Amino acid sequence: MDVVILSRLQFASTTIFHFIFVPLSIGLAFIIAIMETLYVVKGKEQYRKMAKFWGHFFLINFAVGVVTGILQEFQFGMNWSNYSRFVGDVFGAPLAVEALLAFFMESTFIGLWIFGWNRLSKKVHLLCIWLVSIGTIISAFWILVANSFMQYPVGFEINGGRAEMNDFFELITSGQVWVEFPHTVFGSFATGAFLITGISAWKLLKKQDTAFFKKSFHIALIIAIISGLGVAFTGHAQSQFLVKTQPMKMAAAEGLWEDSGDPAAWTLFANIDTDKKENSFEVNIPYILSYLSYSKFSGSVEGMKSIQAKYEELYGEGNYIPPVKTTFWSFRIMVFTGGIMILLGLYGAILAKRKKLEQSSKYLKIMIAAISLPFIGSTAGWIMTEIGRQPWVVFGFMQTQDAVSPNVTAGQVLFSLIAFSTIYLILAIVTAYLFIRVAKKGPVEKQKDVKLTTDPFGEEGYGSYVK
Amino acid sequence: MVHMLNEVWFILITVLFVGFLFLEGFDFGVGMAMRFVAKTPGERRVLINTIGPVWDGNEVWLITAGGAMFAAFPHWYATLFSGLYLPLVIMLLLLIGRGVAFEFRSKLKNQKWRNTWDWTIFISSLLNPFLWGVVFAAFLMGLPIDSEMNIYASISHYITPYTLIGGVAITLLCFLHGLYFITLKTTGDLQSRARELAKKIVVAVGISLIVFVIASYFHTDIFTVRGTILVPIYALVVVAVVLAGMFTRKQRDGWAFTMTGITIALTVVSVFVGLFPRVMVSSIDSAFNLTIYNAASGPYSLKVMTIVAVTLIPFVLGYQIWSYYVFRKRISEEEHLEY
Repeated sequence: MDVVILSRLQFASTTIFHFIFVPLSIGLAFIIAIMETLYVVKGKEQYRKMAKFWGHFFLINFAVGVVTGILQEFQFGMNWSNYSRFVGDVFGAPLAVEALLAFFMESTFIGLWIFGWNRLSKKVHLLCIWLVSIGTIISAFWILVANSFMQYPVGFEINGGRAEMNDFFELITSGQVWVEFPHTVFGSFATGAFLITGISAWKLLKKQDTAFFKKSFHIALIIAIISGLGVAFTGHAQSQFLVKTQPMKMAAAEGLWEDSGDPAAWTLFANIDTDKKENSFEVNIPYILSYLSYSKFSGSVEGMKSIQAKYEELYGEGNYIPPVKTTFWSFRIMVFTGGIMILLGLYGAILAKRKKLEQSSKYLKIMIAAISLPFIGSTAGWIMTEIGRQPWVVFGFMQTQDAVSPNVTAGQVLFSLIAFSTIYLILAIVTAYLFIRVAKKGPVEKQKDVKLTTDPFGEEGYGSYVK
Repeated sequence: MVHMLNEVWFILITVLFVGFLFLEGFDFGVGMAMRFVAKTPGERRVLINTIGPVWDGNEVWLITAGGAMFAAFPHWYATLFSGLYLPLVIMLLLLIGRGVAFEFRSKLKNQKWRNTWDWTIFISSLLNPFLWGVVFAAFLMGLPIDSEMNIYASISHYITPYTLIGGVAITLLCFLHGLYFITLKTTGDLQSRARELAKKIVVAVGISLIVFVIASYFHTDIFTVRGTILVPIYALVVVAVVLAGMFTRKQRDGWAFTMTGITIALTVVSVFVGLFPRVMVSSIDSAFNLTIYNAASGPYSLKVMTIVAVTLIPFVLGYQIWSYYVFRKRISEEEHLEY
């Protein structure tokens, strides 16, 4: 296999794997911070237990997120050195800011949070988890600033064959960032919330620690509903932005070969034939694509063929149509999982209101399986975002095939791909296994009395030299 | 004046690598001590918990160094990371294993499980500083960088007797630094064993650093380029190592730790001083060297980044120091250990 395909496979597997853990960290940190806030404000022991119990999942998950994140940052230089040279002036800055502003904050305060239960005052300890939560969100912001530049490059000029930043403010206020960032953060909150509702549902079915898990379920359910709706609204904003900035991706996501009529119908299913450039079968819902694209029930959407013709004029000969089936189906999977999440959330709210949650064993069983929905949704979302942008790596400026490291061989990438994938597989199994164990064990606490010994950085360590 | 920010960023990246090897240096040393100092599972656990709250924050210094290289010197980042692809893959695999090992090891009460992760920590802590030593030595020695700034290197280009000496020197230095950290964070048997071992390792560190400096004279051009600054730096390194040895004998552990810290800082500084204004030396033609000028981002980007860094770094230092202050106490098996 050639080096471009292998490098793409490695990037995809690393990023997808990394992004299993990232949204869960963002979501869980936020929900745990809320739980600990309830503990500090209301003083009820139960909320402290909650923060600690869900904290176990958070910490296991965070560790895997951190270590795969290092690879995430280094792989641009390793596998995509031409890309790094071309965009480093613009793209490097948000990554460096992310490290300085977010990574230091998360990693330091998470240490303080884990080890600080008995060393810090309640309020300072609470502040630590909030700083972790804010850190994870800031981190998302900066990495999405970087990603947005690949989707919709702004705030730069081409100078000496590379992109050079000329407006930092434009870079961070890019329209793309401000549709992508809230969408991702809401999705992450939902990911954390659905893990908690799922595990709580499991424990409620087993009738273990019922009060504890009912309360956990309720807190997470509220967040699941709010963030589920948030995902939908920001997703809608994103699709409107997409029609304007990357019409080809939108057309591919719709399997729309020819320009649509006015109003445009939304394709629910289609049998796409990429060779003949047509759909042999499709199920359409009238008006909806117009609404998705323009928030009104009129307006036509350009098809791939006419965009292709335009791009050939603009960028020269070539194939500017991304893998249509992947883009089309990933978009649908994302939208459907999001929709189901909202319905499950609302139905849960009705059950909870009627105090029938514990009796509804069918619903609870579904909620266990629903843990996977946000993961499927966000993976599909990223596949649509990145595959749908092809053949570009930086839209309109650099193609993926020109971005790879010229000095890294296919053999080397094959080796690293196998090595990393193996590690990912092991980590996935271990993480899942530990999650199940922690869940089974439930919120039991054993705590020895903490005995603090002497201060090594005081007189004892430095001895008479300090006096 | 035009290029002042290039120099600022070269210094900042030096500082980040100093921070990384100073902080993660003792983490690595503690990891190595798991096999050389600790004798029982309980002692190993104590050792891991001495760095428990801080290792992650320490590792971020490396990630930030990588991010800063990408932002300020994209060509340096691209050339280095693609050129040393395989060593970096190994390094990343080791860092991945080590990071999760801390979190995973105590999640099961099974001794086999713990041993697996403890070995992961040990091997990773041993090989990581070794690889950094190799990379730093390769920086100084030069790598086959062509006119397009790409390195087409085989293993024999970066694994040479000279880079191996660099690897051994940095590994020993981190080990010693970690041993001193242990003397500061533990009590009793563990502490005195670390101290006894440090008395021997400090000699090995002195010898390996001197050998490295002599080898640098033959394998690199740093003495011809920057001899007048480097000689005093190396003299200070020797003084610091000798003082470290003396302080250990007098059981002034805090001072001994300070001395290895100074040694690490000076060693990293000497590498970057030897390079300046180059960031990567081409062994093919000096015209192909990467410098802080031809590898850098434009002035606008550097200016923005400088403002961001100058604003944020004081906060980062502030809360990291505070975190060390919170966890200043020694730890022992009698207390509750998280990891």
